[in-house]
Amino acid sequence: MARSAVATLTYTGRVWRFGDDVDTDQIIPAAYLVTSDPAELAKHCLEIPDPEFSRKAQPGDILVAGKNFGCGSSREHAPWAIKGLGIHCIIAKSFARIFYRNAFNIGMCALECPEAADAIASGAIVTVNPIEGAIQADGRVYRAQPLPEFMQQLVSMGGLMPWVKTKIESRRRA
Amino acid sequence: MTRMGMTVTEKILSAHCSRESVRPDEFIEVRVDLAMGNDITAPIAIRTLQKNGLDGVWDRSKVALVMSHFVPAKDIASAEQAHITRSFARSHDLPLFFDEGQGGIEHSLLPELGLVVPGDVVIGADSHSCTYGALGIFSTGVGSTDLAAVLATGEFWMKVPASMKFVYNGSLPPWVMGKDLILYTIGKIGDDGARYRALEFTGPAIRSLSIEGRLTMSNMAIEAGGKSGIIAADAQTIRYVEPRTDRKFKIYESDPDAEYVSVHEWDVSTLEPIVSCPSLPSRARSVGEVRGQRVTYAFLGSCTNARIEDLRLAARILRGKKIARGMRLMVIPATVNIYKQALREGLIEVFAEAGASISTATCGPCLGGHMGVLGSEDVCISSSNRNFPGRMGHKDAKVYLANPAVVAATALTGVITHPADVAPWSEN
Repeated sequence: MARSAVATLTYTGRVWRFGDDVDTDQIIPAAYLVTSDPAELAKHCLEIPDPEFSRKAQPGDILVAGKNFGCGSSREHAPWAIKGLGIHCIIAKSFARIFYRNAFNIGMCALECPEAADAIASGAIVTVNPIEGAIQADGRVYRAQPLPEFMQQLVSMGGLMPWVKTKIESRRRA
Repeated sequence: MTRMGMTVTEKILSAHCSRESVRPDEFIEVRVDLAMGNDITAPIAIRTLQKNGLDGVWDRSKVALVMSHFVPAKDIASAEQAHITRSFARSHDLPLFFDEGQGGIEHSLLPELGLVVPGDVVIGADSHSCTYGALGIFSTGVGSTDLAAVLATGEFWMKVPASMKFVYNGSLPPWVMGKDLILYTIGKIGDDGARYRALEFTGPAIRSLSIEGRLTMSNMAIEAGGKSGIIAADAQTIRYVEPRTDRKFKIYESDPDAEYVSVHEWDVSTLEPIVSCPSLPSRARSVGEVRGQRVTYAFLGSCTNARIEDLRLAARILRGKKIARGMRLMVIPATVNIYKQALREGLIEVFAEAGASISTATCGPCLGGHMGVLGSEDVCISSSNRNFPGRMGHKDAKVYLANPAVVAATALTGVITHPADVAPWSEN
């Protein structure tokens, strides 16, 4: 049931653009790492590149970024701060490895697509189908790197912990 | 069919998923020898476990929790947050829990105590967990949900990284350290030049590099985007590890026909100390190119460069001298044991006499946490690992990364300085 609902999962939202090498200190400065509450973290999300961002962003918006998004610290507070704003989908030229894992682990979606990251402007409305890797914007369709099967599973299950629980359950039964 | 050659990384990973061999880009699940979290990353992992009704720990002897980032507490919120990790450690009676004043920065502490040994797979909820690779370990940094999954199962899902080989020929000139090799490397390949890759450091200059210098190199693999940064264990590694552990450990080496996505070979005999300019570690210049840049703050600390060798070198430059007018110097030995060793050797007195502030072990200013946060006008020379905008405080503060000798020399003059300009070189 959940699986078929997810098979048609798409994200549609307004785009906010960011540049290259936006590291996790810029996404959520260390001074705020005294809480793990997503709503609190969201208040300071991306405030170094754009001090107004947390006030402008709306739930359902989509981030588009340059290369190496989320480099630096492994702090999961970074994707949580973004998720705390109600943003669930990020398109970038490329992602730093730990951020990419963290995003999927907490049920977000991260797609690598250099063409889309170059072309799509702030304010554009985009529709993203993560399983197919299709990004629609301004009447064009961009093809993202298709998600490996394992990542697709994480997206459809809503993150790593549901997958872990399923694994533990099936071992118990075996 | 003859078996294709494997890298040291592929061999360690194969052994941890009970397979003959693994290939780059395969998805595997590996058994973990040690899982690590700190006071910032563990609370989210603990809450994730609790929320999912998975409050157990797969093996309490294989979980290290280290209070390092906001200890001693910087404010009420961080004091409250620290209690989450503290009470988890207490309720699970974790033998490897290190509170403030008893441990230090995890990446300096775990090798020092022999808690990570060659051949291990180590998963740490901190990006600099790649540090342990210096001892011939596969080790990588993860987020809190990954840590939660490992705590629950003892297993870690991953994609096998392709390896990049770095060969350092020649011998290191005076004042050039592991830090300079890694800054030089990041400068050459870029801050995402090793994204998703295992970096493998080899060559004569690595073989003669101290374990401390090797730890510095592996520590900063993440600054090139690497998943891990490994140095195959050798006789020097064994001499370092053996007195620190009772565990049996296994030495792996890359096969001569192992496959690499790229091989980079440099002669380092004429290298100068390297300084990475604001605001990316990849903006590496030789110290001569930035000589004279005005600086207000010098930081000697962090998991990158605050081991005893680093403190000895800095103290040799500072002994009997005062830091420049208008400069501030913060010295933070990376672990409590290093602090005590520095006390015994008289190094702490040298720093205090020179005009430095000295703190108990903490990550502190490296991440703009506390104990020396930078303001908008500050220009810092730092022995740490990152100089992103806002990393050490105000977004307009400027951070230059360098080795501890350059940091100490710069503290004396107030402008970026080659150590040779203020101190004679000697081997020890």
